[in-house]
Amino acid sequence: MIKVTVNGQEHSWDGDPSLPLLWYLRDEVGLTGTKFGCGKALCGACTVHVEGAAARSCITAMSDVDGQKVTTIEGLDPHGDHPVQKAWREVNVPQCGYCQAGQIMQAAALLKDNPHPSDGDIRDTMSGNICRCGCYQRIEAAVRLAATGA
Amino acid sequence: MHGNIVPPIENVSRRAILRGMGITAGLVLAAPVLSRPGMAAYNTGAGAMPHGTVNDPRVFVSIAPDGIVTILAHRSEMGTGVRTSLPMIVADEMEADWTRVQVRQAPGDEVRFGNQDTDGSRSTRHYLMPMRQVGAAARMMLEAAAAKRWNVAVTEVTAANHEVVHTATGRKLGFGELANDAAVQPVADVSRLRLKDPKDFRYMGKGQVGIVDLHDITTGKAMYGIDTRLPGMKYAALARPPVTGGKLVSFDATEAMKVSGVENVIEVQGWPWPSKFQPLGGVAVIARNTGAAIMGRDALKVVWDDGANAKYDSVSYRTELEDAARKPGLVVRNNGDAEAALKSADKVVVGEYYLPHVAHVSMEPPVATAHVADGRAEIWAPVQSPQGTRDDVAKTLGIPVENVTVNVTLLGGGFGRKSKCDYALEAALISKTIGAPVKVQWTREDDVRHDFLHTVSAERIEAGLDKSGKVIAWRHRSVAPTIASTFAAGAKHQAPFELGMGFVDMPFDIANVRCENPEAAAHTRIGWFRSVSNIPHSFAVQTMVAEIAQQTGRDPKDMLLELIGPARIVDIGAGVKDLWNYGEPVDSYPIDAGRLRRVVELVAEKGEWSRKVPKGHGLGIAVHRSFVSYIATIVEVAVDDKGQLSVPRVDTAIDCGTFVNPERIQSQIEGAAIMGLSLAKYGEITFKDGRVVQGNFDDHPVVRIDEAPKITNVHIMPAAPDVPPSGVGEPGVPPFAPALCNAIFAATGKRIRSLPIGKQLEPA
Repeated sequence: MIKVTVNGQEHSWDGDPSLPLLWYLRDEVGLTGTKFGCGKALCGACTVHVEGAAARSCITAMSDVDGQKVTTIEGLDPHGDHPVQKAWREVNVPQCGYCQAGQIMQAAALLKDNPHPSDGDIRDTMSGNICRCGCYQRIEAAVRLAATGA
Repeated sequence: MHGNIVPPIENVSRRAILRGMGITAGLVLAAPVLSRPGMAAYNTGAGAMPHGTVNDPRVFVSIAPDGIVTILAHRSEMGTGVRTSLPMIVADEMEADWTRVQVRQAPGDEVRFGNQDTDGSRSTRHYLMPMRQVGAAARMMLEAAAAKRWNVAVTEVTAANHEVVHTATGRKLGFGELANDAAVQPVADVSRLRLKDPKDFRYMGKGQVGIVDLHDITTGKAMYGIDTRLPGMKYAALARPPVTGGKLVSFDATEAMKVSGVENVIEVQGWPWPSKFQPLGGVAVIARNTGAAIMGRDALKVVWDDGANAKYDSVSYRTELEDAARKPGLVVRNNGDAEAALKSADKVVVGEYYLPHVAHVSMEPPVATAHVADGRAEIWAPVQSPQGTRDDVAKTLGIPVENVTVNVTLLGGGFGRKSKCDYALEAALISKTIGAPVKVQWTREDDVRHDFLHTVSAERIEAGLDKSGKVIAWRHRSVAPTIASTFAAGAKHQAPFELGMGFVDMPFDIANVRCENPEAAAHTRIGWFRSVSNIPHSFAVQTMVAEIAQQTGRDPKDMLLELIGPARIVDIGAGVKDLWNYGEPVDSYPIDAGRLRRVVELVAEKGEWSRKVPKGHGLGIAVHRSFVSYIATIVEVAVDDKGQLSVPRVDTAIDCGTFVNPERIQSQIEGAAIMGLSLAKYGEITFKDGRVVQGNFDDHPVVRIDEAPKITNVHIMPAAPDVPPSGVGEPGVPPFAPALCNAIFAATGKRIRSLPIGKQLEPA
């Protein structure tokens, strides 16, 4: 039996321990904010926080999160007002919006570790997250805004 | 556990609007109509689309007693902002306060809503005026209701900001208070509609309104196709024939059934090639969650019959296309005598260009949920063509179309892939077989390997110059498998809608022009990809312009303006038999050389074409008319000594006529630069032994943030309200790659004639 805390709520899973966390969250728990994009940690759409660090849930097995705390986009802020979320809205970042939960979770993890990232830091850290619509200019601006207020 | 399961999209037909303007069977107008007298009207091709347009407010607008105005969005949202822009037009015209407007997505039903095919950069182009008419008619119904209540003449009342005011007395009634009475007012004939004066627009043209889904997107609540959950729903992943036209011989599900969570394995019907949008067929693994379904699918042992395309090989196919481009082909445009003029030319510049297959790879891979029971089908899917999906589901299941409901979710990207509903048909077939709701999930590898790919193309242009360097002859051959091959066996020539994308409608002021289209057989599913054949055609034409400039020692921008020639309406005349013109009438949407010139001049000015750039940097320019918009791009590139390129700056000028949402125009153009850079740097799908070689973002990369242009400046040409609106979603893509490659030439002296750029710039 695997025990995992998702957004502060404890869950247990007695199914396949190799099931990727992504599908557990989406299909078994019903938290669909975390998205599927590649299944191989290549695009970042499935990014969540495991013990506060950004993780690609598509290659994270349930057995890897036994006893750990997972935060998804739904749990990032109770009102959806994390500084990164607010900045995203201020800059009108999304086009289709599909990758944005992963982008926001990655950016939030970045700012937690590095509250004052350089432009290079932003580009390096965010380069694991693909946006096919091409919102990159605004993603960079929004991360900067969240970090500096400007 | 989160047990609550909410279908993501409310089916409007079931929604009981007890008060307010009910959703009723609406008046259907099949043709666009004229605006008020005194304002120049324009015609569009909307009336020629299936089911035309509808401009009845009772179809699109309802008002609740609390004043909340609900506006239906009937086009699919895939990132263009259309779910915001069209309702915003209605709100503006009806004087609704945007903060008291909610937007709901319409299901597929073109008889009620008019055409819903969200493609071809048509939404604003075809619906700006009908949506204004919807809003104006709703406003007039509210005004009539208020006048009746006060027993005054309707001319004495005015709707403003969500209420109607009696001017003389200052009395006011809110929209909610008037909803019941307004609903029974007659809908004004379109000839009697009073449209707002554009100077009074509060939302249109301002760019101040955020997209309606912004909060939901940033909090993970926005519902895409992948997010549908239904009671008792199963999850499916499929093994499909690896070669287009192949079919299932046998399968062994023993190992798949051992995967924890797998419940069932079934065969799924396929269709003979060319299979249109029908499923490819194969084997479906049904499971309790998506992860188990995928693991089960991967454990299947399947034997395929590869069929007629088993030898498709991109290396030899390229040679075939290039050979064909060196020989005469079907003449699709002929003005003057290009053959003779080439012979008599003082100099002939020849360019041969190659552009490979490209995959859409929207971030949300194809996915659909279906519930088929009791002779009815309900679909939840991210589709660009809701009515087309409905028709195809009905046909595939053999049930009446009235028994099919297609709920349109948000699309996690589309780019043309989601105009083809094969994934929804798979879900319908599987749900029918297993007798339960099912979600079919494609993996990224499924998406890349079973796409309806962008065509692959060889382009050859010969330009004949006289002694003064003036271009007197132009012969362009374009060879590419056609989208028509997905529908008709043996189609080998580009269809008018492909020829008309920057090839036969080439606007240059050259006396002798000949366009030829030699045959090309298709060996995989070819489909629409954002901006479609404009990509190869504009790459060839705009690279050729720079090559001529180079060989005659002229500035590429000046060369471009010289070739465009004086401001005029370009008349190709008898040179082309069926000039497509994006389905638009030429009186409203002519090929306007003046507008083409002006975007070049605008981008040259704002983009500082004459600026000096550092060593290793270069500037390139390209212009292209597509989807009846005019768009010019300047790219600054930097190439280092290892041949790695970066893009410090992009400037794009767009003339899309009158426009609604400049902020979303900007985002579309920013995104088009990224997509253009992706296809120029990396975009290539290759085949070996009939199979797609690539599978995921590791071997089919797309541009990431660290290689994105540092800045894309967007310059929107102001337009009078009587200039017809034109496309925005697609036109940004075609000029990017040629502008980039022209910039690379300026930076390095290396001419890129074949995409992707790949390793071409690396030192030998």
